[in-house]
Amino acid sequence: MRKVFVVGGAQSPFTVAQQKTQVELFSEVSMEAMAASNVKSKDIQAIFMGNVLGDFSEGQAMVQAFAADNIGCAGIPANRYEGACASASVAVRDAFIWVASGFYDIVLVGGVERAASLGTPLATRTFAMASDRSYEFPSGLTFPAVFAMLAHLYAKTYDKPLEQVKEEMATVSVQSYKHGIHNEKAQMRKEVTMEQVLSSFVVSTPLQLHDCCPFSDGAAAVILASEDVVKKLTAKPVQITGVGQASAGPLHGQKKTLPRIYSRELSVKQAYDMAGIGPKDIDVCELHDCFSIASLIAAESLGFFEYGKSGEAWIEGQADIGGKVAINPSGGLKSRGHPIGATGAAQVYEIFRQLRSEVEPQRQVPDAKIGMTDTLGGDGGTLVNIIMKRGW
Amino acid sequence: MEYKLTFEAYNKALKKNKLLGLTCKDCGTITAPPKMVCSECAGTNLDIVELSGKGTIKTFTLNNVAAEGRECEAPYTIVLVELAEGPWIMGNLMVIDPAVVTMDLIGRPVSMGKLGPKVFPGDKYSAGDSARPLFNLES
Ligand SMILES: [Zn+2]
Repeated sequence: MRKVFVVGGAQSPFTVAQQKTQVELFSEVSMEAMAASNVKSKDIQAIFMGNVLGDFSEGQAMVQAFAADNIGCAGIPANRYEGACASASVAVRDAFIWVASGFYDIVLVGGVERAASLGTPLATRTFAMASDRSYEFPSGLTFPAVFAMLAHLYAKTYDKPLEQVKEEMATVSVQSYKHGIHNEKAQMRKEVTMEQVLSSFVVSTPLQLHDCCPFSDGAAAVILASEDVVKKLTAKPVQITGVGQASAGPLHGQKKTLPRIYSRELSVKQAYDMAGIGPKDIDVCELHDCFSIASLIAAESLGFFEYGKSGEAWIEGQADIGGKVAINPSGGLKSRGHPIGATGAAQVYEIFRQLRSEVEPQRQVPDAKIGMTDTLGGDGGTLVNIIMKRGW
Repeated sequence: MEYKLTFEAYNKALKKNKLLGLTCKDCGTITAPPKMVCSECAGTNLDIVELSGKGTIKTFTLNNVAAEGRECEAPYTIVLVELAEGPWIMGNLMVIDPAVVTMDLIGRPVSMGKLGPKVFPGDKYSAGDSARPLFNLES
């Protein structure tokens, strides 16, 4: 396998419903990513794109092919990846494998979504399509309901009063807002207090509005390059040193491990093993905080904190910049936003910029050398981890 | 290889308040809802069995925001129930009183009630209707 590097990238503002089409959103970030990587359209050999609900949000399937044509890459292979909220991370991992294998030298990877354009009722319906349609959606399952049930199970499993878990969850949201306020591309740039979180509308007990990430429109893209060409493109490449991916069936079938998501534990082990490192080596992590409880669950399976203890870690600042591991300095899905097909690419782009010390100073992790992404699709159906380190 | 217990057959039975599963003739594990293979050993030596519909609540939520087309159902309580036969299954609980739908529900015994299941009539995306068990709290 050859070494594979991220050489540049871009992210659109993540927003509420807006009028640009998916092709337009993706084309803009693609051109920016190419410019930042010193490559032209003719240099791109293939496109790997995450997109989940374009068919529903604007009546456009196969957006990857139209985007390829739109940015002057007509004729090259263009693939769409659907792994629910982890789609773009699946795209990054596949692109990594193709470049590592020697098949391609320079590829464009990203994602786009108009989840906010769906409106909340249809977004709730279509997001639920990533749960089991036969045996779980009939009960009225929604995504908040999945994580709501995991929150109650978390409290029971680790024998914690629900009020304590709720306070821990609120702490996660408050930290995410605190960082997102400094992220120029974030959707929800405002300070939110513990009191505001705990007094917000109850979506699905025990989850309240500020425990949940928003629906978002947006796009993100990065350029991956092989070790054979990377030196011509940038002096500060970021190497992808480990990748992992795993799958899982419906929630009821995960009974042996819940509230832990076993696909995450399979995936992150692959990534750590490939990179030859462990959780203590990670300086910065963009993890999948679709709901505040999801952060607590994720941080434990990633090996940062003991099972049942990550809430205390958040409260002590161990998950913040300056703590044991800086989690979601972008603001995470909560504050940056969650255009589901683009989120994984935005996470990779954030780690890329963190390792190059290029984000807004208020949320820069000092001297970050190794970072990781964690992206969850559905209720664990698809789980991807990507480890990156400075490549200069 | 033919699918032993299809969604269609499971759904048809559940609409008559009969909960079906699969028993593995190799390892004895009960798989429900159905799958192609045994959930424990991945074997295919399976027989269809009727399950008791009794179990205990493992987790729950009282959901206030429903998907498009199902708004009239909210609020409703979703439960994951560990059946007496072993599998976990998702359904609804009769109770939606916030004073009762609390952490105290976890571990409470439930059974599929005589009122029968609830049926989602389907929407333009769902290729038909689908039933789910409706559980009652046992006293
Ligand atoms: Zn078996």
